[in-house]
Amino acid sequence: MQKSNNSNSTGNAEQKIPFLNDPKIRSIIYQIVTICMVGLLGYYLFTNTFENLQRQSIATGFGFIDKEASFEIGESLISYSSADTYGKALFVGVLNTIKVAFIGILITVVLGTFLGIARLSTNWLVSKLAAVYIEVMQDIPILLQLFFWYSFFYDILPSPRGALEPVKGVFMSNRGLVFAVPEWHPAFKYMIAVFIAGCVAAYFLRKWAKKRQEKTGQIFPLFLCSTAIILGLPLVTWLFSGAPHKMNVPELIGFNFQGGLNMSPEFGALLLGLVLYTAAFVAEIVRAGIQAVSKGQTEAAMAIGLKPGQILNLVILPQALRVIIPPLTSQMLNLTKNSSLAVAIGFPDFVSVVSTTINQTGQAIEGISMIMVVYLFFSLLTSLFMNWYNKKIALVER
Amino acid sequence: MRLFKLCLVVAIVFAMSGVAFAGQTFDSVKAKGFVQVGVNGDLFGFGKPDEKGVWRGLDVDTARAVAAALFGDPGKVKFIPLTSVQRFTALQAGEIDLLCRNATQTLGRDTELGLDFAQVNYYDGQGFLVPKKLKIKTAKGLDGATVCVLPGTTTELNVADYFRTNKMKMKPVVIESNAELNKAFFAGRCDCLTSDASQLAAVRSVAPNPDDYMILPDIISKEPLAPAVRHGDNQWKDIVNYSVLAMIEAEELGITSKNVDEMLKSTNPVVMRFLGVTSGNGKALGLSEKWAYNIIKLVGNYSEIFERNVGVNTPLKLERGLNALWKDGGIMYSPPFK
Repeated sequence: MQKSNNSNSTGNAEQKIPFLNDPKIRSIIYQIVTICMVGLLGYYLFTNTFENLQRQSIATGFGFIDKEASFEIGESLISYSSADTYGKALFVGVLNTIKVAFIGILITVVLGTFLGIARLSTNWLVSKLAAVYIEVMQDIPILLQLFFWYSFFYDILPSPRGALEPVKGVFMSNRGLVFAVPEWHPAFKYMIAVFIAGCVAAYFLRKWAKKRQEKTGQIFPLFLCSTAIILGLPLVTWLFSGAPHKMNVPELIGFNFQGGLNMSPEFGALLLGLVLYTAAFVAEIVRAGIQAVSKGQTEAAMAIGLKPGQILNLVILPQALRVIIPPLTSQMLNLTKNSSLAVAIGFPDFVSVVSTTINQTGQAIEGISMIMVVYLFFSLLTSLFMNWYNKKIALVER
Repeated sequence: MRLFKLCLVVAIVFAMSGVAFAGQTFDSVKAKGFVQVGVNGDLFGFGKPDEKGVWRGLDVDTARAVAAALFGDPGKVKFIPLTSVQRFTALQAGEIDLLCRNATQTLGRDTELGLDFAQVNYYDGQGFLVPKKLKIKTAKGLDGATVCVLPGTTTELNVADYFRTNKMKMKPVVIESNAELNKAFFAGRCDCLTSDASQLAAVRSVAPNPDDYMILPDIISKEPLAPAVRHGDNQWKDIVNYSVLAMIEAEELGITSKNVDEMLKSTNPVVMRFLGVTSGNGKALGLSEKWAYNIIKLVGNYSEIFERNVGVNTPLKLERGLNALWKDGGIMYSPPFK
């Protein structure tokens, strides 16, 4: 009774709702108030911090970026010396972080997929070995694993003077892995160009083959042909330019090996630790993704006579990927963020360079905010790419 | 993990709404009843707990002297082990009241970092520790070497400068934890370890076989190691400053922890003023008149803490050198206590 009365009265007084009682206006007001409060809090924190820093006469601002860094960095992708600026030093750190994260993600995905499939293998030994690996690696903290791999490098391997040489031109010592690389030759430039051209050609070939298959049902040996184009063309170029094969072989001069390509123990330990740890998680994700595809799909594929490889490639993986990609993205982000543990074993990643910078300039707030911005940028970039990929492979309902 | 700690410190800076600053460390320390001191934690002879868990070292005893001056009890100290990267941020953020962590006084740290350094408690210089089997005789022979160094230190900058000046090449291996760095060096990851000479002596003393290592004769920098406080807190700085100076003055006056009670009966006006028999010094600092007596009685004079922690009879085997009194050819010198 009461209720119907109420609804009647509101029905009559629809235009006369008091301004503040209108739910729409109220919700807007609440939002404005919340934003103002957050803004005020931010303002308070900012001015307060600034005042405190001033009172303690601690320098503020990003002016230090242009000053001379005057510290050395162990490894760098670009040429860097202690006479360069803090800005360049920080950039070296960013590049090092990208290097370890990029290579790490690539290897992790391959290794993780392999392990995930191995975990599901019908071969008892393979499946159990994969299971043991996954359980052990997942359960040991990453920092401990890093310490373990780092001490593995310097405790077990000999000094440079007694370096192991398992294959000619490859030296293993506690200074890292040094191996011979081909000496630069102008022909390599053309080989790279031909390689890129080969990739483009393979892309168009794939398009054409797909079209043809849809039209005529004939299957084109795509994999073989594209491999031949991509690898064959540079090989032919190399042969035609006289097959330059002079190698830049590392030599022990003074304390260390000179020449060749050097992978430091710090980088090696960090990469190994990150990859082995994250791959265990990726393996579980891959396993879950494959198991999410109902068994009926496999049976149906077998019924129409597909081979096991084709079943995996054409039926299971495309469906499993939809389940795999989102959690895989978060593992990639984890790997990138975990790379900041490099500080503990002395790899000069971004965090390590920033913490040295903070200590030399005393500007912790600027330093920490730079770390946050850089990692946020990497993470958003990875997410963006993976979301795009996720959309691309999402099931298109016909 | 370290990142987290650093973030925490930054968060603390944010959160401190100007409470603990501006000359109030003294009051807050008195209210707390103990001094919160940042120390090394992993440096034998300067700051490291012994096998029984008791903190030992020159820096540790310096902190105890401050506590003795304030509370008449050298035990009223809480030690916080910090890495070279964390130390200044921890002090800036008010996490600690005093930093006694073999920190070199420099212009930049005194100004831009917002710190104030008290009297130097150890005059040091940077050197190189090398394995004898490398057969290197001077630092000039280190061209192309891999160098182990702590991050965020003056030594990290000096070594870069030194190699640059001498047109030599180096590859640094920078690890934040002392223990990890030493382990890497002993395992042969680096050709040499560079740090303050006193630290090298400490590292050498804990080597698997100390005789396999030698410190090169070259000293490439000046490293005055001093306790630090926050800038602008003058009374607190005075107390820390004069606590160190009191130990130096006591050595000069011949007062030790053993004879300090007899010295109370001395008729020498300088000694009487120093030990608070004639009052005045304590009031000026805002402390009890017994402050200097307490330091000497409970901790010792400079010679005592030096010999106890780093002297020739310790594994570090350091000579007094620059750290001798000015009368004995060193540069330890205290202004008059009056």
